[in-house]
Amino acid sequence: MNAPAYNFAYLDEQTKRMIRRAILKAIAIPGYQVPFASREMPMPYGWGTGGVQVTAAILGPQDVLKVIDQGSDDTTNAISIRKFFAKTAGVATTTATDEATVIQTRHRIPETALHENQVLVYQVPIPEPLRFLEPRETETRRMHALAEYGLMHVKLYEDIARFGHIATAYAYPVKVNARYVMDPSPTPKFDNPKMDNCPALQLFGAGREKRIYAIPPYTQVVSLDFEDHPFEPYRFNAPCALCGAENSYLDEIVTDDKGGRMFVCSDTDYCEGRQAAGHHGSLSAAPYKEKAHG
Amino acid sequence: MTTIAELPPGFADKVLSAQSTFRSVMDAMARPGSVQRIVPMAGAPGMMMRGTAAIALTLFDHDTPLWLDARMAESSDVLKWLKFHTGAPVVQDSSIASFALISDGGALPSLERFALGTSEYPDRSTTVIIQVDSLNSGRSFELRGPGIDGVASLEASIKPFDLFERLRFNEALFPRGIDVVLVADDAVVAIPRTTRVVSKGS
Repeated sequence: MNAPAYNFAYLDEQTKRMIRRAILKAIAIPGYQVPFASREMPMPYGWGTGGVQVTAAILGPQDVLKVIDQGSDDTTNAISIRKFFAKTAGVATTTATDEATVIQTRHRIPETALHENQVLVYQVPIPEPLRFLEPRETETRRMHALAEYGLMHVKLYEDIARFGHIATAYAYPVKVNARYVMDPSPTPKFDNPKMDNCPALQLFGAGREKRIYAIPPYTQVVSLDFEDHPFEPYRFNAPCALCGAENSYLDEIVTDDKGGRMFVCSDTDYCEGRQAAGHHGSLSAAPYKEKAHG
Repeated sequence: MTTIAELPPGFADKVLSAQSTFRSVMDAMARPGSVQRIVPMAGAPGMMMRGTAAIALTLFDHDTPLWLDARMAESSDVLKWLKFHTGAPVVQDSSIASFALISDGGALPSLERFALGTSEYPDRSTTVIIQVDSLNSGRSFELRGPGIDGVASLEASIKPFDLFERLRFNEALFPRGIDVVLVADDAVVAIPRTTRVVSKGS
């Protein structure tokens, strides 16, 4: 049901027009951060206000919305955003990656490959990849204008000098369409290869920092690296304890105070789907007998 | 003399029609060369096509200076309709326009005269909306670039005939540049500044 006091999808039409114009420019200039007049949303900064505004601007009554937080459909952030749009836009929601037309995500890209009829909306805390290297906005803007990204390579090199390898594990910088260096939001670098040549449109919204950027479908996205230290996605060397998957990104869960721990898929929909299909891990009790939530 | 009551109407459902039109334009921009349909129709004044009118109602407002080509600017129906439904200020100086509406592609001014953005803010550029004869027949073009899986082909009857040659300046200008939206009735194709077009002849 639409709450009568609100416009469809919460935002007023003038705000949606402003965000929509920013999205079009973001798509036209892949990886470039378009400033926009971010609004206050009925949730705190850091909870996905940027992603929510982008979703609100593109969402229609025919859409099926999925929201994930660190891969999970079941966390507070994911549930409250899903309910927010179910209430203000009356859209159908799902946890199944395949069925969704719009997926809003915090810090993960689903394991299931995305398709052309999907839009992936990222919640971004700090959109400027150069911010921790150069605090001045005027300077980072100039660096982007000149494609002056040497500083970022120095940062990665310092990792190598200090640790022997590139230790950056999340928010790993990428270069989009051979031009703009972009922050992929704090996704684990395991997910970086999924952004490259992706059939789905990827939109990024940073509410507090007031920026929108995009990767069009089928666009080259390269993780920065060196010839002698090539980019390597990182993954715990273990199968998922619940579904046995050996190629998914894993969460480490501490199970007792004696050093016990288990590794499970961070993508809950992927894990449940595999369990429903009969895959079991070493610690699965009998979750395959339980009905997958919907 | 047209009164407000005689103006062609806007969207019947402002909210959902604007959403649906935007998604068509967004899909067009994200997948250059693909022909998207604009479903919800509003009335369209004078020589403005239905698709153009829907895009105007979806994206224009008081924040978007608008430049009109001579044929549009001379039509009081068009001016009144835009003013009443969108409130967008019509400007004479094309270099400060957010959007440009071109009904007569043959008289398209030099693209350098529109806003190209700056190196720091390449998004501050004009989106040029050109009404064309057809987006499903005519000369064939090969398109490459972000949003396109390999090569996209487009058959279109476009004026000016050398539009894609003129858009090549986007290559050297990038990230500055001009984004173009082509409209033929209810069909829309976008050519963002990253798209490279090769004519395949007739």
